[in-house]
Amino acid sequence: MSHGSGAALTRQLIKEVFAGEFRISTLDDAVCIDGSLTVTTDAYVVNPIFFPGGDIGKLSITGTVNDLCMNGSRPAYILASFILEEGFAIDQLHSIVSSMQSTAEEAGVQIIAGDTKVVEKGRCDGLYITTAGIGFLPGGIHLDAGKIRSGDKIIVNGTLGDHAIAIINARQQLGLTPAPESDCAPLHEVIRILLQNTNLKFARDATRGGVATILNEICDDTGLGIIIDESSLPVKYSTRVLCDMLGLDPLYLANEGKLIAFIGEANDDLLSLLKTYKYSYEAAVIGQCTNEVKGVFLRTILGRLRPLLMLASDPLPRIC
Amino acid sequence: MNWNRFRQPDLILKLIGDLTEYKKQVKFMEVCGSHTMAIGHWGLRKLLPENIILISGPGCPVCVTPATIIDSLIKLKSVTITTFGDLMRVPGSHQNLEQARAQGCDIRIVFSPMDALKISQDRETIFIGLGFETTIPGIAFSIVNAAKNNNQNFSVLSLGKLIPPALDALLDDKDLKVDGLILPGHVSTIIGMMPYEFIPYKFGIGGVITGFEPLDIVLGVKTLIENLDHPRIMNEYSRVVRPEGNQIALDLISEVFEITHAQWRGIGEIPDSGLKIKSKYADFDAFRKYDIKTSDLEENPLCLCGNVLKGKILPPECPLFAKTCTPDYPIGPCMVSSEGSCAAYYKYER
Amino acid sequence: MCLAIPAIVVKKTHNDMGIVCLGGVEKEISLMFTPEVRIGDWVMLHTDFAIQIITEEDARETLAIFQEIPPADQREEKI
Ligand code: SF4
Repeated sequence: MSHGSGAALTRQLIKEVFAGEFRISTLDDAVCIDGSLTVTTDAYVVNPIFFPGGDIGKLSITGTVNDLCMNGSRPAYILASFILEEGFAIDQLHSIVSSMQSTAEEAGVQIIAGDTKVVEKGRCDGLYITTAGIGFLPGGIHLDAGKIRSGDKIIVNGTLGDHAIAIINARQQLGLTPAPESDCAPLHEVIRILLQNTNLKFARDATRGGVATILNEICDDTGLGIIIDESSLPVKYSTRVLCDMLGLDPLYLANEGKLIAFIGEANDDLLSLLKTYKYSYEAAVIGQCTNEVKGVFLRTILGRLRPLLMLASDPLPRIC
Repeated sequence: MNWNRFRQPDLILKLIGDLTEYKKQVKFMEVCGSHTMAIGHWGLRKLLPENIILISGPGCPVCVTPATIIDSLIKLKSVTITTFGDLMRVPGSHQNLEQARAQGCDIRIVFSPMDALKISQDRETIFIGLGFETTIPGIAFSIVNAAKNNNQNFSVLSLGKLIPPALDALLDDKDLKVDGLILPGHVSTIIGMMPYEFIPYKFGIGGVITGFEPLDIVLGVKTLIENLDHPRIMNEYSRVVRPEGNQIALDLISEVFEITHAQWRGIGEIPDSGLKIKSKYADFDAFRKYDIKTSDLEENPLCLCGNVLKGKILPPECPLFAKTCTPDYPIGPCMVSSEGSCAAYYKYER
Repeated sequence: MCLAIPAIVVKKTHNDMGIVCLGGVEKEISLMFTPEVRIGDWVMLHTDFAIQIITEEDARETLAIFQEIPPADQREEKI
C-alpha cells in the first residue's frame, strides 16, 4: 500500500477513514483547543534511523515543534513514546535520545514524559517514536488558510528537497560523498520572524509530498489559485543535479526544515532579515496567489504556465 | 562548462521565434520517453508554433514490458529481486512490486546493475534487466562480472529492447504519418548513427539525434524543418554522440546477448527487437533459472495505448484518459511509467 | 528513455572505475566504456556507467549557433 507515502493517496485515506469518523479537519497537523493551547501528535518511522543531518530522534522533535508552531504557537512541551524492536542496540538508543534532548533545547521545548515498549524481533523495524506536543498560542494570532487572498505572496525559507535526497542516498546506498544532509530543523524562529515582520496569513511545513503537494492541498481546501515561479525556486545545486540523475522533481520531495508561508504586506527588509537566520538564509518568494487560475500552476523558466499536480505516490528514483 | 546554457530561456525563446517563419503543418515524433518528459517539463509542445506538432512514440522500456512478468516475479518468494525504480508500480494482475514489497517480498530498488551485483554477494538475487541500448551495456557488464567471479547467486531477467527495429515496425504502419523523427540521444550514444540510416531510404523521412535540454530539442525541431526536402539522419548532439557510437559498449552487448523477437506491450511482437542472454552465460539467465512467464496480459479493450504508442492519437483522445485511467490506477501501459506518453500528458499537458 | 547527466571525472581508480563529481558531490562509477577518459573530462553518466566522453568544443559549437546573449541579471530581491 502506498497510502503512507504522504501524497494524494494519504489525503484520500485521511478523508475517507479518519476525518469522517473522528470529525477532524484534514488540513491541520495541530489543533488549538481552547484558544490558547495547541496540541499535536505524530509518529516517526523513518528508515534509516540515522541519516546525514539527523536521526529519528532529532526528526521527532523538529517534526513536533514544526507542527506546533505552524499556527503561530510557541512550542513548550513534548511527550515521547518509543517502540523498540528486541535487540535494538542500547548505544544507538543513547545517541538518539541525546539528539532529542539537544534538539529540544535548541527549540526551547521540554521533554516531559514518555513511555517505552519493547516488541519481539520482526514486529517493528528497529525503533518507532510517537510524540505529543503542547504549545501556547499568544493572543491575537489567528493563522487561517481562509484569510489568504489573491495577491498574497508565497515564501519558502530555503532550499527544497534536501531531506528526501539525504534519505534516498542513505537508503539506496548511492555512495555520494560528502553524503547530502537532511534539512531537518525546528522552524519556530522562522515563524516568529514572519509573525513580527509580515501580515502572515497561513503557514505549513512542506514535508511529505513536498511543496507542490502541500500547495495543492491548500488550493483544494480554499479554492485558491496559485502560480509558482520556477526561476525563483531555491534548490541546492547538488540537489538539482542529483534530481536530474534520479529523475526526481524537487517540488515533490519531502523537506523536514522548510515551510511555506502565505503573507500579505511585509516589511521591506523581510528577506534580508530572514537571510540572517541560519534556518532561513536561503529564503525566497516563490510565487503568489491569484484569481487568474484555479489550482496550482508553475510558470516555467520559458514563461509558460503548466499545472503542478498533486503527487500521486511517493517519488521513486528512476533511470528513464 | 556550464550546462545550464542549454536551458537559457532567451536562447530557447529566440530559436522558437525563428521557427514561426515556417508556416506548413509538420508532425514529428519524439521516439524517446525522456524527450516526452523533457518536452512536458519545459512546456515546449505549446510553446512551439501550432503548425509544428510533436507526437510521442514508444520510447519507454517500462511501458512496453509485459505485465505477466510482474506476477511471476512476485511468486519467487525466496529470491531477492532488484530493479530500477521505474518498474515498481507497473501493475501485475493482482499487485505491483511495491505492494508485494509492502507484504514482505524482498524487492529492492537499485540505481545500477552494479548495486545488484553487490547485493548478490550474500543472497540469491535477480536483477530485472530492463532498458534500451543505453542501459544494456551496463547490464551486460554485470553478467560478465558475475561469470568472471563465478557468482552463482546472480542472474538477470533480460528484458532489453532495441530501438531501430521498433522504429522500422512502427513506420511500416501506413496509418502513421510523421514527417520526421526526434531520435533518442542516449540510445544513440551507444549505437551511433548507422542503425538509423534505413529510415530515410525506406520511409523517405529524416531523423535528428538530439539531447534532452530544451535548447537541444528545439534545435532538433529546427534542423528537421530545415532538412525536410533532404531527409537524412542528422546529429545535433555531437557533444555526446559519435557517428560510430560506443564500440566498447556494443562489443560487450554482443558478447553477452543475442537478438531475438520481443513483445512490446501495446504494439505486439516485433522481430529482432529484443535481447536474450547467450547460452554461454546461461547460468546467469533468470529465464532459464526460474519459472517466469512473459506471455502478454490481455489488455483492457478500451485502452488505446497501441495507437498512442504508434503516435496515431494523443492520449487525451482515449476515452479513459484522466477518467478511469490515472497514474494511481493505470489501465494501460502508457499510463504506467511516469515517462509513458499518457502519464506525461496527465502530468504536463492538461 | 534513459536519463543521463554530465559529470566531471576527478579520479581514475582500479578496474576501470573512477570518481566523478556531480554538483559538488562525488560518486564512484564505472569508466569501462570510456577507457581513454582523462581527469577533468566531462562524461555522460547513466546508471553509474560513463557512456561517453562529452566534447566541450562540440558543446560550444552548438551554443555558438546563437548570438551570445548575456545571462539575465540577478533578480530583484524585494517583496
Ligand atoms: S489513457 Fe490509459 S487507457 Fe487510455 S490509452 Fe492511455 S494508458 Fe491506455
